[in-house]
Amino acid sequence: MTDRRVLALVYAGGVLFGFGLGFSHMARPEVVLSFLELYDFGLLFVMFGAAIVTGTAYFAVPRLRDTAPITGSAYARRLKTLDKNVVIGGGIFGVGWGLSGICPGAAYASLGIGNYIMLYGVAGMFAGAYVQGVVRSSAADETKAATADD
Amino acid sequence: MQELIEILFPNGVFHYAVGGIFVGLGAALIYVGTGISAGASTFLESTLSYVSDASRFQQYRPSRDWRVVFTLGIVSGAAVYAVVFQGGIWLTEVEPWRLLAGGFLIGVGTRVGKGCTSGHGVCGVGSASGASIVNVAVFLSIAVGVALVMASLGLGVAR
Repeated sequence: MTDRRVLALVYAGGVLFGFGLGFSHMARPEVVLSFLELYDFGLLFVMFGAAIVTGTAYFAVPRLRDTAPITGSAYARRLKTLDKNVVIGGGIFGVGWGLSGICPGAAYASLGIGNYIMLYGVAGMFAGAYVQGVVRSSAADETKAATADD
Repeated sequence: MQELIEILFPNGVFHYAVGGIFVGLGAALIYVGTGISAGASTFLESTLSYVSDASRFQQYRPSRDWRVVFTLGIVSGAAVYAVVFQGGIWLTEVEPWRLLAGGFLIGVGTRVGKGCTSGHGVCGVGSASGASIVNVAVFLSIAVGVALVMASLGLGVAR
């Protein structure tokens, strides 16, 4: 079980995050699709507004202190290895985003604004995550078994 | 100039910018307090670890509790917005099949691609991560292409 203070802070951050998705109308697929159809470019303000705030935190806070007060974890930037999965996955995600106008965080927020029809979207996301997870887990297990045989 | 702004932003920019700042504050609060980069799509796999033994899901076991809480926070925060500013529920007119099929591809793509609009788009770009900038450029350009094709088929929803 994760430390209660961590959970409380994550919840508070989630509330701000979800409020922002509601206030910016990103929780409405129609508004996201209006951007993707190049009709209303407001989404750029949401994305850059958010990235500027987090960018400031990621840049400034590690210079002020070494570890996070609640967990004692060292501050790290969010860095992932750039490989072909980043491109392929981004492409598949892009098709889904363009088709539906939803992304994971916005879909959860959409439920919060009462849009119960979004349960279709959330069910689809879980199904997609499940299928790729099962396929990739068994592929990983096979690789491991093959290596053990050698 | 004024005219150009009205063409690019027919619904204004205020609520977009303010909403974006709140999204950033939420991610920043979690980062400052805990050192965690909060992403929304890992929740899909970490939550599946409660019901599946597959190794892809089980690897997220240590973080699954806070990820459930993060998602509950997102739902709650959006509900606060709905109660205070929206005054009642709001329902989408995007067809369920598009949500379901799009959702499926998002479930696959965000997990294969190591993140979504929050992990790569907000935290990753905020970290000036090369992988995140590439991922965002790919999903953004492809999504625009798909949405324009849908619109050309008479399935556009822009308003």
